[in-house]
Amino acid sequence: MKEFSYTIKDEIGIHARPAGNLVKLIKGFSSSVTIEKQGKPPINATALMKLMGLGVKCGDTVKFTVEGDDEDAAVKSIEQFMNSNL
Amino acid sequence: MAVFNGKGVYGAVAVGKALIFKRQAAEVRRVSVSDTDAELERIEKAKETAVEQLTAIHEKALKEVGETNAEIFEIHIMMLDDDDYNDSIRSIIETQKVNAEYAVAVTSDNFAEMFASMDDAYMQARSADVKDISNRLIACLSQSGEDTAVSGDKMIVCADDLAPSETVCLDKDKVLAFVTAFGSSNSHTAILARNMNIPAVIGAGRKFLDALKDGCIVGVDGHTGEIFVDPDEETIRRLEQKQADDIKKKQLLQELKGKDNVTLDGTRVNIFANIGGVGGIGAVLANDAGGIGLFRSEFLYLESEDYPTEEQQFQAYKKVLESMAGKKVVIRTLDIGADKQIGYFDLDKEDNPALGFRAIRICLTRPEIFRTQLRALYRASAFGDLAIMFPMITSVSEVQKCLDMCEQVRNELKEEGIRFNEETELGIMIETPAAAVISDKLAPMVDFFSVGTNDLTQYTLACDRQNAKLEPFVDTHHEAILRLIEMSAKNAHANNAWIGICGELAADLTLTEEFLKMGIDELSVSPPFVLPLREKVRSISLK
Repeated sequence: MKEFSYTIKDEIGIHARPAGNLVKLIKGFSSSVTIEKQGKPPINATALMKLMGLGVKCGDTVKFTVEGDDEDAAVKSIEQFMNSNL
Repeated sequence: MAVFNGKGVYGAVAVGKALIFKRQAAEVRRVSVSDTDAELERIEKAKETAVEQLTAIHEKALKEVGETNAEIFEIHIMMLDDDDYNDSIRSIIETQKVNAEYAVAVTSDNFAEMFASMDDAYMQARSADVKDISNRLIACLSQSGEDTAVSGDKMIVCADDLAPSETVCLDKDKVLAFVTAFGSSNSHTAILARNMNIPAVIGAGRKFLDALKDGCIVGVDGHTGEIFVDPDEETIRRLEQKQADDIKKKQLLQELKGKDNVTLDGTRVNIFANIGGVGGIGAVLANDAGGIGLFRSEFLYLESEDYPTEEQQFQAYKKVLESMAGKKVVIRTLDIGADKQIGYFDLDKEDNPALGFRAIRICLTRPEIFRTQLRALYRASAFGDLAIMFPMITSVSEVQKCLDMCEQVRNELKEEGIRFNEETELGIMIETPAAAVISDKLAPMVDFFSVGTNDLTQYTLACDRQNAKLEPFVDTHHEAILRLIEMSAKNAHANNAWIGICGELAADLTLTEEFLKMGIDELSVSPPFVLPLREKVRSISLK
């Protein structure tokens, strides 16, 4: 199991477009991925509407937990995605 | 006549008959069912149909409003496939033993409510997306086809609100304009409307809907956001005049597209465009500019929370060069300070920032920032016709330092085996009186000059650009400025360099003839001024 945190830099936060693309990316891996926003229970990162419903804004920190056979590759891609899109 | 005010999202005018937009989406009834499996099967089928429809809409949108704006429909498809959304529908069918339509409607309300209750306007607007996909699903279940039936005459579509898919499905040939009573400028509908070139006003209010009768005449002014229900004759005349003006402008521009920038006696000049970000490229191409005469690179730094990396900059520059497909792109290196401040640069507050630590002065003091940008620029040079321009030059030694830095970067890239264009033109802004006065010394060092008339005016006339009180003292046609430009042009040409003007004065049609007489090789203006300037050039005779 791997964990990492990321602080959102995008002005609008995790809005529809990046949320959709993030879900698409994560669905490409077999590992299960959860996202946790401080003060809220973790959610499955492939649940698009819940992800949008988290209301992650600029400055918020989210914690990813990745578990599965391809967790290393998944963490790397997700980090890269977050860095260049959010 | 009744007048209403909304937000114009596309600036154009239309007058015509109102069509009150009605949805076929029938009232959803709760029906008890015994065969829940059959309902589960129906919802699966409806989902397939809905995805097919959305795929078709996505394709239509791709053609009409571009990739970024069409993406919302891809997200709609993904939302339809959302596990929680589908689990909720299934569980309502199974536990309550009810029809699929009802299960979708309840699920839709719950999810829409979740978004609507969020304390963020952007997310609140997402509840419209949930409703849009749910209504589509319900329509597929009841097998009613696509609605939005606009037939016969061209009409002005009036609705309480339009879902993004409804907006894209409007037949552009049959819709004169559209007006919605509600909706925000954050909605995807507003974004789409801007890209469909249809006059549109949103948020006209409930009273607007109440005042409407099917078939009544409505005037829409997308410039001002005004809507006139049953307009009087004078208003109609006024709107028609405005419409005619818009059309005339457009036609004139169409006529001039693809034409050469050449005077009656055969003198040619390049007309380029100024932009401040990758988003401006569309306007550059739409207005038929011959290239980009000033690409401000500051946006990369302003949009970022920290120094943009070489890779981020390279991707942006490469995108611009590729989009311009071989046309010249002059990118100006970082020009911050003065009126443009960026937090993470941590610059001191200055009493007189216009005469302060800015532009090339920052780059030469903090070479690591400059080097990153130059590396990104040179790497991008392999993908088009790039020219690099340095701002705020006042001396020979500054130019020499810039050229040395460029050479160092070229050598590094060569050693690393990275491809770049050795012939990348290097030039400087002429925006200080000092640079103009010693332009005979500077011209042999560079490939081109570009005159930044805004700063040149401020520094020559000692008039702070930010101080509105000085306006009566700012004579942009001051002989001193024109002489400095003429002197720079003479010195450029004597040294085989070309000279352009990229400040606001370039778009001043009363000076075009004078600039051409000076031998200015290029005029770079905001995209909407490209074709009016071309028209002016084509009417001038220098003999």
